Amino acid sequence: MEGEDRSMAMNSMPWPTTAVERPVFVDRLHDWITTVDHKQIGLLYIAYALMFLIIAGSEAIIIRLQLIRPHNSFVSPQVFNRLFTMHGTTMIFFVVMPMLFGFGNYLIPLMVGARDMAFPRLNAFSFWVTAFGGLLLYFSLLGGNGLYGAGNAPDVGWFAYAPLTSQTFSSGHSTDFWTLSILISGFGSIGTAINILATILCMRCPGMSLAKMPLFAWLYLVTAGLVILAISPLTAAQIMLLVDRYLGGHFFDTQAGGSAVIWMHFFWIFGHPEVYILVLPAFAFASEIIPVFSRKPIFGYSVMVAATVAIGFISMSVWAHHMFTVGMGPGANTFFVLSTMAIAVPTGIKIFNWLATMWGGQIEFRTPMLFSIGFLFQFLIAGLTGIMLGCAPFNWQLGNSYFVVAHFHYVIVGGILFTTFAATYYWYPKITGRMYNETLGRLHFWLFVIGFHLTFDFMHIPGLLGMPRRIYTYEPGRGWDHWNVIVSVGAFVQAAAIVVLLINFLWSYWRGRCSGWDPWDAWTLEWSVPSPPPSYNFSSIPAVRSRRPLWDLKHPDNPDWEYEGSR
Amino acid sequence: MSATPIRLGESPGSQFPTRGRVGMLSLIAAESGVFTIFVVAYIFYIGKSPAGPTPQEVLKAPIFYSICLLLSSATMHAAGRAIREGKIPVFSRWLSITIALGTIFLFGTAKEWFRLIYREGLTISTNLFGTTYFSLVGLHAFHVIVGLFCLTLVLLFVAFGQVEQKHEYQIENLSLYWHFVDAVWVVVFTVVYVLGR
Repeated sequence: MEGEDRSMAMNSMPWPTTAVERPVFVDRLHDWITTVDHKQIGLLYIAYALMFLIIAGSEAIIIRLQLIRPHNSFVSPQVFNRLFTMHGTTMIFFVVMPMLFGFGNYLIPLMVGARDMAFPRLNAFSFWVTAFGGLLLYFSLLGGNGLYGAGNAPDVGWFAYAPLTSQTFSSGHSTDFWTLSILISGFGSIGTAINILATILCMRCPGMSLAKMPLFAWLYLVTAGLVILAISPLTAAQIMLLVDRYLGGHFFDTQAGGSAVIWMHFFWIFGHPEVYILVLPAFAFASEIIPVFSRKPIFGYSVMVAATVAIGFISMSVWAHHMFTVGMGPGANTFFVLSTMAIAVPTGIKIFNWLATMWGGQIEFRTPMLFSIGFLFQFLIAGLTGIMLGCAPFNWQLGNSYFVVAHFHYVIVGGILFTTFAATYYWYPKITGRMYNETLGRLHFWLFVIGFHLTFDFMHIPGLLGMPRRIYTYEPGRGWDHWNVIVSVGAFVQAAAIVVLLINFLWSYWRGRCSGWDPWDAWTLEWSVPSPPPSYNFSSIPAVRSRRPLWDLKHPDNPDWEYEGSR
Repeated sequence: MSATPIRLGESPGSQFPTRGRVGMLSLIAAESGVFTIFVVAYIFYIGKSPAGPTPQEVLKAPIFYSICLLLSSATMHAAGRAIREGKIPVFSRWLSITIALGTIFLFGTAKEWFRLIYREGLTISTNLFGTTYFSLVGLHAFHVIVGLFCLTLVLLFVAFGQVEQKHEYQIENLSLYWHFVDAVWVVVFTVVYVLGR
């Protein structure tokens, strides 16, 4: 009866449509802030990462300006310490991780044929917690004992070795902001990892067994597992640091029997799997892009999966190769040298598989493919310097030098950032419905390649010549001067390339030609829906029979599933 | 291209695990990582305090309270079986007993902490033992509190008649968490009261 009354009342009274009208901008803002849609959250992650990329990139530019010539005084030593701390922390926690989570959020449900992530509200929670973590880190500029110059931003380095972080050596609140921001964004990362695991394991469309998932999903599955296993030690270590700083605990207080080395262990047992958390999604991008632009299915799918899982396992046992210079003793040194060498094997398998995918293919050198090829070469070199640094005696010589800085920037910029650019170009048409400008894309690629190699190739040399990292200036006449000029010039070329990227994407968003659903003639499910995809993704849930469902659809005479079973 | 492009062949039924279970197991894996680090720190720092009080002087194994917590796992299991069979009153009885046992355990921890802090003069900042003991046991107690909060929430839902047999999956996930909290106590007990003394 009651329901009937209500419906009658609604029929007799016109529903007020104009009275509650709000400005379009407020509506859209409200929509973005309250969204639980995986695509919108993915874009929020990416936009947030881009914002911090520009901030942390500017910090890198200031660092390079300071080091461009000896005895420079562009920034003070105190500010220099803050700059490299903020640059490292921001790039790892608030640029690369959100960027990769953003792509994962956007693409995983589309690729596995689901309408959203497993826990949409947890997804939104994770994003906003991560976002507030980043804001907290930068709030230190205001809240860490006042404004500029008054002991503000964290200055303890991105791995914050004890006892630098104790109240004695880091009074004020800057270190608290550092530890709290990482603790909080860690909760967000764990939430997203749980979501990715549950989505991939539980939300796949009919027919998509684990062996028929796109490699992208496999790599994100292992990444999410690593996030669970690696971020939680970091969380524990940050809680211990807070206990030390706020409650007078002695975990890392060497004078009361605590150990500074155990902080290093706890940090790096997070820190090294973290490298693989960052690089496995990069592998995921390459594993989707290289086959499509070589017009061949991925070579050795099952070996790729096995290598991914192997990397996941081995990456949990290599952390102390960051600590060879501490003096762990021959037993531990030998173990960590050998495990470091071992992890090069599955990684090498992956590189050979990508090359074999390209071998004999009809390669189309579009911008995403150019960045992927750049990644292959650069990641190989990064791996080789990694093996060099993984040898304990070599590491004793070059630990904490610019050689190390060059090595890991080769991994993160030359490997991860290059594939992230590739992914951005590759999925830009899907996300916006518009095609980017190919000429500007190529310009971006070549500028960035030149800038990258100017900076990071030549950064190895002052390292070999003995230039330590984290010094705010240096003496002239040690043979470092010219190399530092080249390195700094390269940084500006890279910054110019980023400007080209932004111009390209902004211009194409409004002026680019419409891309259609499937501009690359690709094979995974995200290309079977409109661009941009509707909020429900799939009007009806697809069913798949092979790893390349769109190939089967386009080639009913020669479908993949006829062969995949026998392989 | 049509809107429903890839309906090829027959679609086999979904045999995937439920997302709640996978989510809870992942959370438990992450929590295990946090506890592992605290346990490792505790073991590493056994006997490293330069000043007392030492564990040998002040710690007494809380055997009764530990038995209460372990029993609560069994009662939670019974509660889960009751809801699977649709017996809501039985479920609510076992759930209440679980909450009571968990609360008794927390009371035991509170009593021990009171004794340590006010009688023995051991706080988190007294020495390295105090730092590791209070943070490890405190981390576990915090998880017990979270578990008790969730169980009490369920009891409230039962009181308002909102719990039915179909909620067995949610209850199963919650009891996974509770079993985890109990299992962690076995490790903490072994490390703190057996190895550490």
